[in-house]
Amino acid sequence: MIQLVNIYKTFGKVKALQGVNLHVRPGSIHGIIGENGAGKSTLMKILTGFIARTSGSILLDEQDVDLKTPESARKLGIGMLYQEPLDFPKLSVLDNFMAAAADTNPQRQAEIINHLSNKFGFTLDLSARQGKLTVGERQQVELMRLIRDQCRILILDEPTTGISGEQQKLLFSTLGRLRDEGKAIILVSHKLAEIHSLCDRVTILRHGKPAGEQEKPFDEEKLLQAMFATLPTKSSRPPGRTTGKPILTMEEVSTTVGRVGLDRINTTIYEGEIIGLAGLDGSGQSIFLQMAYGLLSPEQGRINLPVADNEDVMRVFLPADRLRKGLIAGLTVREHQLLAGAAPFFIHTGSGRLRTEQAIATFSIVGTPDTTTEDLSGGNQQRLLLSLIPPGARLILLEHPTRGLDLQSGQWTWQYLRSHLPDNGAIIFASPELEDIMEQADRVLVFYNGAIILDRPTDKTGYREVSRAITGRV
Amino acid sequence: MKSNSIYFRAGSATLQSIPILVLAAASVSLFLFALDFSPFAIIRAMAAGSLTSWLKFSQLLSIWVPLLLCSCGLLFTFKAGLWNIGIEGQVVMGAIAATTILRLNPTSLPPVFTIIVAMLAACVGGSLWGLLVGILKNRGGVNEIFGGLGLNFVAQGIILYLIFGPWKRAGIASMSGTDIFARDLWLPMPVGWRVAPAALVTAVCAFALTWLLLSHTRFGLRVKAVGLNPEVSRLFHINPDRYGLFAIMVGGALAGLAGGLQVTGVYHRLIPAISSGYGYLGLLVVMLANYKSLPVPLITLFFAWLAAGSIQLPIMLQIDSSLSGVIQGACVLSALLVHGLRKQRKG
Repeated sequence: MIQLVNIYKTFGKVKALQGVNLHVRPGSIHGIIGENGAGKSTLMKILTGFIARTSGSILLDEQDVDLKTPESARKLGIGMLYQEPLDFPKLSVLDNFMAAAADTNPQRQAEIINHLSNKFGFTLDLSARQGKLTVGERQQVELMRLIRDQCRILILDEPTTGISGEQQKLLFSTLGRLRDEGKAIILVSHKLAEIHSLCDRVTILRHGKPAGEQEKPFDEEKLLQAMFATLPTKSSRPPGRTTGKPILTMEEVSTTVGRVGLDRINTTIYEGEIIGLAGLDGSGQSIFLQMAYGLLSPEQGRINLPVADNEDVMRVFLPADRLRKGLIAGLTVREHQLLAGAAPFFIHTGSGRLRTEQAIATFSIVGTPDTTTEDLSGGNQQRLLLSLIPPGARLILLEHPTRGLDLQSGQWTWQYLRSHLPDNGAIIFASPELEDIMEQADRVLVFYNGAIILDRPTDKTGYREVSRAITGRV
Repeated sequence: MKSNSIYFRAGSATLQSIPILVLAAASVSLFLFALDFSPFAIIRAMAAGSLTSWLKFSQLLSIWVPLLLCSCGLLFTFKAGLWNIGIEGQVVMGAIAATTILRLNPTSLPPVFTIIVAMLAACVGGSLWGLLVGILKNRGGVNEIFGGLGLNFVAQGIILYLIFGPWKRAGIASMSGTDIFARDLWLPMPVGWRVAPAALVTAVCAFALTWLLLSHTRFGLRVKAVGLNPEVSRLFHINPDRYGLFAIMVGGALAGLAGGLQVTGVYHRLIPAISSGYGYLGLLVVMLANYKSLPVPLITLFFAWLAAGSIQLPIMLQIDSSLSGVIQGACVLSALLVHGLRKQRKG
């Protein structure tokens, strides 16, 4: 029904998609899997007309189509169910259903939604506010809207994240019925269980390139191998450090903040450890780090930090979004140094200049003391953040420490962190790169749906076990 | 180093404002031509009304003082990322606090002392009214714009109650205000002056202090950090709520002081319209200054000139004095437009 041939997409120098082919037949569910940054969402955005491809062609029923705007994709019957529900939380369910409908007669629309609800087994209160609904129910409203609008090609992006088991079953049976009615369904997912129970065919993407295709029944071993690049055989990991007393303990820590929250986290981090947090983006790693830093408090459970000499463990947090969450755009390099260090009350244009110049030299930051942080490149922003870590920091929390850095800067970052970590300190870092974790961490915690489903020393596990855990298999 | 000198920065700020002034002048002139008035005649009339004698110029300065104080207060809150619409109420509460002290007038104390205490009370009054806005925001989740607006109405209610109730004039309550204070509680004013030298000095000192605090202290840097990104400031161990409170309290104190000086230096009594809208006008000043301190004294002077000069317009040209409001509005809109376009082009 829909066929993508040799699709390329470049953003400036970045090659997001390179020669991707996809053929989705009517009456089938086609899975698309791949790790973070494999190009899944770029491909979906091209299909829904949000971004234009650089080259390649899209054939719908053997006809060349353009898909330049979301509007044109919608007219051709391509509909997408987004990860975050795209609706109006303050309007009622019926109003949401009617929004953008050609016919806005409330009675007729209520009849349609009731008819579809009965058909699929949904139970929705039409007068309820959309915002009061669960993510699963909002998804149902959205799905029915797409069906009413004669959508023939239905794209679902990680549809089971954040919905209950009951709702998942209902969703799967609904998708089964839609397939039997002849719709083409594309399912973007990283959950192997889901792929197994739903899909007829699956395409694997890796680093923007096609990395294989399989028909049902799938060979899980081959899927995993295709998803995660060829696994390096020898590990260049420096020897593990000697561990000491606990520095951070979490007992039954749970929260509902974020997409999946945290689900009864139990773990102890010891002095001297370097911990890698693995998992697909948004599986709870970021919330875990914010908890450990103290930006969030658990709704249930306890977090313990030992108090030595009446002094709290000094913690630092380097978030992934450096410019928005780690640095203050609008302030200069020097002003950041002043804020991080012990500045005197009166400051002038020379205050902290010497220290800043030293930091610029030590950390090879390309910039001057008076450069504002938004004018620094990503790598230099990271170096600036590293330079702001106070000498006494004992718990260093990092999110994607090498994101956007070239190989050399990445290695330099790790060298610096390792050599400056005090013996009684620990590092916890989240990274989408499995290599990073297997090479740098002493222990890996794998997050899946807000829970830690694997906790192992890195020398007692391997890429296979960890990558299986990332997809929910232990 | 050169690029950081105060002269350089003041110079570049002036240079940057040229397109704004051209745009404002062009739009106002077009407007005037459409109404068949000559802009030059108007400038001449306004200059004649405010710049031809010391008496007239000191009249202009008496507008400059409260406007500069309010603008300084707003610099603190804008830097902290707060829209302190409640500044009007803070001016009013400052005036009420000062009046309370001046009405007590303990004869056993030297009048100078009473005046100083009254001015301190004005600072405290404005500051506490600002604190209320801050607490509503931090504890109650009430946006400072709505909290401030609400408290402005409350302050206006209180001042009317006092003037028509407990503090009413001997005999009959009137919109013209309370009884006039004893003469020795007026800020001294030399003959031929329309502005009290003490008020002038206070305003200049307040500006110097504002500039020093905001640009040359750790406190100012932290306020700026909170204004730019409150969440990240936490990572630098700055409590954004607390620094927001500091900023609004300092801002309120300066606004309250403006109210206090109006009471003791200008009207010598409490009147219902004691703030004369200087708080709101201050918002425009600081926006026109692109939230920077250095251009503020000049811009306030310009606005004061417009306000003082326009009083001549009905007499000399039969134009309503509200024209000054049109010019001020055109300036601010031009400034917002130019800054907005610059930002858009940059990113």
